[in-house]
Amino acid sequence: MSMLQINGLNVWFGKNQNRVDAVRQAKFTVAKGESFGLVGESGSGKSTVLRAITGLAPNWSGTMDIDGQSLTRTRPKSFFKTVQMVFQDPYASLHPRHSVDQVLGETLYLHGFSDIDARVVKLLDDVGLGQKFRFRYPHQLSGGQRQRVAIARALAPEPRLLLLDEPTSALDVSVQAEILNLLADLRADRGLTYLMVSHDLSVVGHMCDRLAVMNNGEIVEILDVDALRAMKASHPYSQHLLEASL
Amino acid sequence: MADTQTLRQWLLTETPTSRRHAKLSAIYQGWLSFRSNTMAMIGLVILLLLLFVAIAAPLIAPHDPFAQDLGNRLAPLGTDGHIFGTDSLGRDILSRLIYGARITLYIVALVALIAPIAGLLMGTIAGYVGGWTDTVLMRITDIFLAFPRLVLALAFVAALGAGIENAVLAISLTAWPPYARIARAETLTIRSSDYISAIKLQGAGPLRIITKHIWPLCISSLIVRVTLDMAGIILAAAGLGFLGLGAQPPSPEWGAMISEGRRFILDHWWVATVPGLAIFTVSLAFNLLGDGLRDILDPKASE
Amino acid sequence: METLLDVENLWVKFPSRHGVFDAVRGVSFTLGRERLGIVGESGSGKSMTGRAILRLIRPPGIVEADQISLEGVDLMKLPEKDMRSVRGQRISMVMQDPKFSLNPVMTIGDQIIEAYRLHTTATKTQAYEKSLEMLEAVSIRDPERVMRAYPHEMSGGMGQRIMIAMMLIPNPEILIADEPTSALDVSVQRQVLDIMDKLVKDRGMGLIFISHDLNLVADFCDRVLIMYAGRIVEVCDADKLHEAQHPYTRGLLNSLPRLDQPRDRLDVLKRDPDWSIAPSVSARL
Repeated sequence: MSMLQINGLNVWFGKNQNRVDAVRQAKFTVAKGESFGLVGESGSGKSTVLRAITGLAPNWSGTMDIDGQSLTRTRPKSFFKTVQMVFQDPYASLHPRHSVDQVLGETLYLHGFSDIDARVVKLLDDVGLGQKFRFRYPHQLSGGQRQRVAIARALAPEPRLLLLDEPTSALDVSVQAEILNLLADLRADRGLTYLMVSHDLSVVGHMCDRLAVMNNGEIVEILDVDALRAMKASHPYSQHLLEASL
Repeated sequence: MADTQTLRQWLLTETPTSRRHAKLSAIYQGWLSFRSNTMAMIGLVILLLLLFVAIAAPLIAPHDPFAQDLGNRLAPLGTDGHIFGTDSLGRDILSRLIYGARITLYIVALVALIAPIAGLLMGTIAGYVGGWTDTVLMRITDIFLAFPRLVLALAFVAALGAGIENAVLAISLTAWPPYARIARAETLTIRSSDYISAIKLQGAGPLRIITKHIWPLCISSLIVRVTLDMAGIILAAAGLGFLGLGAQPPSPEWGAMISEGRRFILDHWWVATVPGLAIFTVSLAFNLLGDGLRDILDPKASE
Repeated sequence: METLLDVENLWVKFPSRHGVFDAVRGVSFTLGRERLGIVGESGSGKSMTGRAILRLIRPPGIVEADQISLEGVDLMKLPEKDMRSVRGQRISMVMQDPKFSLNPVMTIGDQIIEAYRLHTTATKTQAYEKSLEMLEAVSIRDPERVMRAYPHEMSGGMGQRIMIAMMLIPNPEILIADEPTSALDVSVQRQVLDIMDKLVKDRGMGLIFISHDLNLVADFCDRVLIMYAGRIVEVCDADKLHEAQHPYTRGLLNSLPRLDQPRDRLDVLKRDPDWSIAPSVSARL
């Protein structure tokens, strides 16, 4: 059974003559436990797909099914226990005045956990940060450490589908390797399903089993990673993208 | 000194060990950068002095501020027992200044409590909710902004009756719109940031987002703005006092004192000048403090 | 090869509450008519090096060097007034994001013409002609339309090309490009690089190309300096970058995911404290 099924998804911003169609007729399925990539250049609509799933982009049509449940206009609280998201820029995704402890504590509180203290400790260990980071503020953390906190926050409600919006594009390559390894380990340990957006084909090639190539709001091709590695894209745009990223 | 050294290190650590430790450390670092700003420190010292004078007024005032001595009226500066001279009823000006500090602080405290909080509420709600709520709230703000401040305050005082509390209320009612504007502008930028999206994805409602996530970021720029505005508020209160609509005689409010001294300003200049200088000093102190606070509190300036 | 720029023992220091922080420590290199890449991670001091050459480090930052000589003239000793004519006129700089470098309320044409007339005594018509020529040189089609446009109407790639055009108007001898293509999509990246490459070749400029992207630098430059913690840890020819010896360079290369070599786990860079203590490698020829 599929974790995420998207069919005929349109997402737009603005109305009347200002309307911009960011995503048009997107269709793909992500199986349970699979890691699926969305690649494309800026403005191709790949991040918008994630925002539509989480409800951050409110104007959409089509169907989105999470674990067999169709999504409606509003997201119930239980939705956020199943689906969580890691944002692109770790410098922008943490509240500048909240310490790591506050960020994780509040998240756990909102999801109705009672053993908050123990869980904060556990989460920090899980993402490889440890206790000494618990009471630090974002400005006392490096980019990689911030992204680990953001991952810990996304893991707090124990979701099954994790949406990753360019989780390493703002980081140095050596830190990128650490974060990608962490994400791979977490997926293996917890049986998570990933939907990962990236402009970097080699990152997607490393992390994902299958991927969709987006251009101008449309999915032009869905291929598996072996075809990607063999440089065998059938659509001219994906072929062009492959050649440009070598 | 070993003890203080470790305390300093404890406070400056990059690895706090508890919630309290992290809070104290953040406060201490803010204090350090504030302390390095000489002008702001001067402002702070003046205001602390003012606070001390206000609290200890009965102890340090050489005379009863209300005791009249018509035989010794309009005594010049440096007269024996009256350093700042006496006013038209022979009351000691220094003592009146000292007691007047209480009134000044009272006004400042009340306005600082009412106006920014009203502005913060209006601004953040308008900014976060948007749509019709935003339009309605901001048009109300525009209406208040369209009136000259003192004229509007005059109208309020005229309607509510003269007196210090009503003056404060009137000033507060005219002072909040700029705060609402600032809070709204800040909210608009904060609202679309990733960390607000992130907390929305944890299922947080608007009330929690506004109070726990948006307020802490708006408050610092409001504090800065309030301290910078304090000078204007003191002047407005003095202005109302001067026009006879604020504090009523024989209350030693500084503006009212200038108003009384006005009649003799050519022959006995000190009667109006000394309270004028007091207003000037305190206003300046608030401005200096505000500038210093902006350096440490405004997250945009420090980045 | 003739030496355009000779930097010897460059330090950039920032005094702070916790003592002096050295952002750049004793960096030495020369630049000829070539494409010199400086790579490193964030905080390695690569951007600071570029800025220090133009003396663009704002106080309280301090720049110290035995010499930064541009064709025999030591820039460290020049008064600020003369330095101003060096900036732009003889050494130009292209920043990462064109959005922040262009004035949003002026048309692109006006900005290029202004930049040109600042450096020459040309009349408005001459400046206009020259600007069109420059935009054509950076492969902008329909330059007349672009001249009338405002920066927000431009895409990232167009903006960056316009910035390069502006920087090239005074015909500088050296171009410092600080992450010029990081904000661009891969396909646009290629075009911007090709333009810079052509300009360096045709005009015999020296190019300092600052980037975090090892593959890009290996591909595009002639010589590469690898910086770590404010020092140069290794210097090598760009085409031999993949055979680099220093463990830091090796670590960076191995931490990159590659399409042609799938791995289960990426190698994680283990930082050796010795790297930041070891003296800077000189890249002077």
